[in-house]
Amino acid sequence: MQEMNLQVELLEQNSVQYFKVVGEIDAFTAPVLRERLAAVENVQGLKAELDLSEVDYMDSTGLGVFVGFYKAVSANGGHVKITGLNKRLNRLFEITGLNEIIDIEQKESEDHNATL
Amino acid sequence: MPQEVGRQYKEIMGKYLESPSEEDLYVGQQFSRRFIEKEIAPEDVISIHKTALIELHPELQDEVWNSLDFLIEMMIHYGLTLREHQSLIRKQEAIQMEMNVATKVQDTLLKTKMPCVSGLDVGYISQPATQMNGDYVYFLNKKHESGVAVADVIGKGIPAALCMSMIKFGMDGLPDGNTSPENVLGIINRIVEKSVDDSMFISMFYGKYNAEDTTFSYASAGHEPALHFTNSTGEFSELDAKGLLLGVKPDTEYEERSVVLNDGDFIAMMTDGVTETRTEDGFIDMNTIQNLLREVKDMSAQQIAEHVYHHLAELQNYRLSDDFTIVIFKKEPEQV
Repeated sequence: MQEMNLQVELLEQNSVQYFKVVGEIDAFTAPVLRERLAAVENVQGLKAELDLSEVDYMDSTGLGVFVGFYKAVSANGGHVKITGLNKRLNRLFEITGLNEIIDIEQKESEDHNATL
Repeated sequence: MPQEVGRQYKEIMGKYLESPSEEDLYVGQQFSRRFIEKEIAPEDVISIHKTALIELHPELQDEVWNSLDFLIEMMIHYGLTLREHQSLIRKQEAIQMEMNVATKVQDTLLKTKMPCVSGLDVGYISQPATQMNGDYVYFLNKKHESGVAVADVIGKGIPAALCMSMIKFGMDGLPDGNTSPENVLGIINRIVEKSVDDSMFISMFYGKYNAEDTTFSYASAGHEPALHFTNSTGEFSELDAKGLLLGVKPDTEYEERSVVLNDGDFIAMMTDGVTETRTEDGFIDMNTIQNLLREVKDMSAQQIAEHVYHHLAELQNYRLSDDFTIVIFKKEPEQV
């Protein structure tokens, strides 16, 4: 097992809860992310933006965290936006159909050496 | 019995004190195993030591006896921690037993029957990364058609196994004539959505081979696209269809598509344990999988599945990082 590091930074900008996630999201690190997101998910009308531009890898456990967060926030009349997805992560959101229900923005300058 | 142990301890120690030798020291070390076997606590070992010493050398000064009493106090918490540790081990053994039972329940409850329709050769492998499998394969057999569900439950272990029983009983309860892939996924989605918690969901591919017109129709609920090999061209195409994961939104609609299978064509349906195989050099790509499949295109469906499995498991040094499932539907000439 390599490093189990995941950092989640929370910034509030103009009433938007902006989360910057750095690291790999897998079964070992997902609980950290879940805990941070759970702290705000029940706020009425929450506007949340999750920046994943520094997440290289995420497995289905990570996806589970985002689905759970999306469901909770939507149920409370809020909005979730996910930004900065690399190709691999973007494909994951596409295959799962989640890109149809969650507001998603791909990485602006997707570099070409991203693994496929 | 402790008296017996005490007597033997005194004997061994007495011998050593008389003329200290490596050999007697070793005997003592071996003897300490008896303490552990008999679950004698550390503080009791010191009591035994003290009793033996009083009998052997009553002339020693009070400081020695007092220091041993002091040491006994020091050891009491070690003893408690040790007993806690032992009780944890026993609990863990009990949990392991329950896990074994759960795995057996999973195997019997979720058992599936290989399809048998003319012109279709079926093979599959589903290998869990840990004890309980989060992937699930279930065949639905009718007279002229074979359906297969390939599912990956997110969230592992026992909750995942319970989730699978929803898929199985949902499929078994389908009314005849309602087995088109879009219907199957729509119905199972409603069952799953009502029953699972928020961070749990299922990706599922449903494919159905119709022996009467040799078509394969399919729909996907957020699952990896299947691969379709066309024998006449030697090319692969991805079978993707729009559809959201099961258990996220109640009124989801699933797109259904179909392809015609000719002799020698096959469909490979997989979970992400196959497509997201991760090696020391990073992820494998789709070409790796396609090349593996192409190498054995003329073999039986089961041999194709096993070939892919053995090769990709080897790349991971036989330590799967995720549950691994591949199902092959291969069109073969009709038997007369």
